[in-house]
Amino acid sequence: MSEMLTNEPVQSSEQTMRGLFLAVLKRDLLLSYRRRSDLVNPLIFFLMVATLFPLGVSPEPDFLAQLAPGVVWVAALLSTLLSMDSVFRSDFEDGTLEQTLLSPQPLFVVVLGKVIAHWMLTGLPLALLAPVLGIMLFLPDGGMGGLMISLLLGTPTLSLVGAIGAALTVGLRKGGVLISLLVLPLYIPVLIFGTSAVQAAVTGLPLGGYLALLGAMLALGIVMAPLAIGAALRISVSG
Amino acid sequence: MGKLLPWFAIVTAALLVSGIVWALAFAPSDYQQGNSFRIIYIHVPSAILAQSCYMLMAIAGAIGLIWKMKVADMVAKSSAPIGATMALLALVTGAIWGKPTWGSWWVWDARLTSMLILLFLYLGVIALNSAIESEATAAQATAVLALVGLVNIPIIKYSVEWWNTLHQPATFTLTERPAMPAEMWVPLLVMVIGFYCFFAVSLMLRTRNEILHRERRARWVRELIEKQ
Repeated sequence: MSEMLTNEPVQSSEQTMRGLFLAVLKRDLLLSYRRRSDLVNPLIFFLMVATLFPLGVSPEPDFLAQLAPGVVWVAALLSTLLSMDSVFRSDFEDGTLEQTLLSPQPLFVVVLGKVIAHWMLTGLPLALLAPVLGIMLFLPDGGMGGLMISLLLGTPTLSLVGAIGAALTVGLRKGGVLISLLVLPLYIPVLIFGTSAVQAAVTGLPLGGYLALLGAMLALGIVMAPLAIGAALRISVSG
Repeated sequence: MGKLLPWFAIVTAALLVSGIVWALAFAPSDYQQGNSFRIIYIHVPSAILAQSCYMLMAIAGAIGLIWKMKVADMVAKSSAPIGATMALLALVTGAIWGKPTWGSWWVWDARLTSMLILLFLYLGVIALNSAIESEATAAQATAVLALVGLVNIPIIKYSVEWWNTLHQPATFTLTERPAMPAEMWVPLLVMVIGFYCFFAVSLMLRTRNEILHRERRARWVRELIEKQ
């Protein structure tokens, strides 16, 4: 109505969608930047989990090289999971989430913006840090590229699926353990194809098939997960 | 009370008893595996039921979400523990059968792993349902989770075809005749149908219990209990 009364040009819906997406992304990135310690914690956790394996299993380079793809992937998965609980928590507590749900803007775009922001703060740094872990675990040089690409393709899916668990448990006081219980079974396919891609890269086999499957899961996740997250948020907030 | 329940109970008892006796005493033993193959008469029906039960739970959950039917919510909630039990039964009987046949209790084969994931999904659904206090919210939240977990069902179903694994392909298909002789598969079919009827009986009883529990403050429940 107000747009019709004033003489401002009516924006196309595509433009407003993009504006909304960018606004949410910028807001979440800025909020996290203001609390930098939370930002580093998952990365430190990632490094620490990877450190446990040489100490706990065996420091033999040959043995570790075999173990490396799985260890890096499991560590990335766990640290994503660890940071998942906070995605909607503060918004829920200060009432922002409720206002977001009431706003006329499509929830799909808002949720997608929040999840992508989460990925940029956890999955992306994890993928960039992964070669350091690869060197620590004696991963052969040939596997580094595969490790980074598989993590870059796989971690957004982890963020998307994890956000469903976070949205379902946001109304509960202690959601932490419950999120892992809900989300870990759904993470298993990503883990299987992620580590297979790295192993294929190490042995010099083509890894295109595994990456295509990771990409397919990501595509499915981007289309479907925000719907589930939105529905879950509405349930959690109204209940 | 309950028009269908006694009939289902009678049919279940008849099918399960006759199926078990037939399978254990009269079906011929396998020429390679001897008598150890007879565990499939428990293993296959429970595995089939574990998957069907998940489908039912997800569909009932979706009906509850979309049309806000309370009974659908209750059916979904009641089916989760049955399905989890069936998945566990399938895994345990599979392990018992695997030890003499494959030489190990457990292999990380695609079918076994995806069945284990199914059990985890059931446990997640049960955990979420018990964590949320409000019954309506719990039902909706578990419905969303069950629908998301539905992705796993085709993976279990086709895992033996997509990956060439140790676990043999499905025994029954709609389009082909079973590979085993009729004396073996007929009792198996009886057991499968018996398990489905058992599931129906068990689901009806659990759902009835759930309805009475939720409506425990209603007058009709009180009258019903006082009458007995």
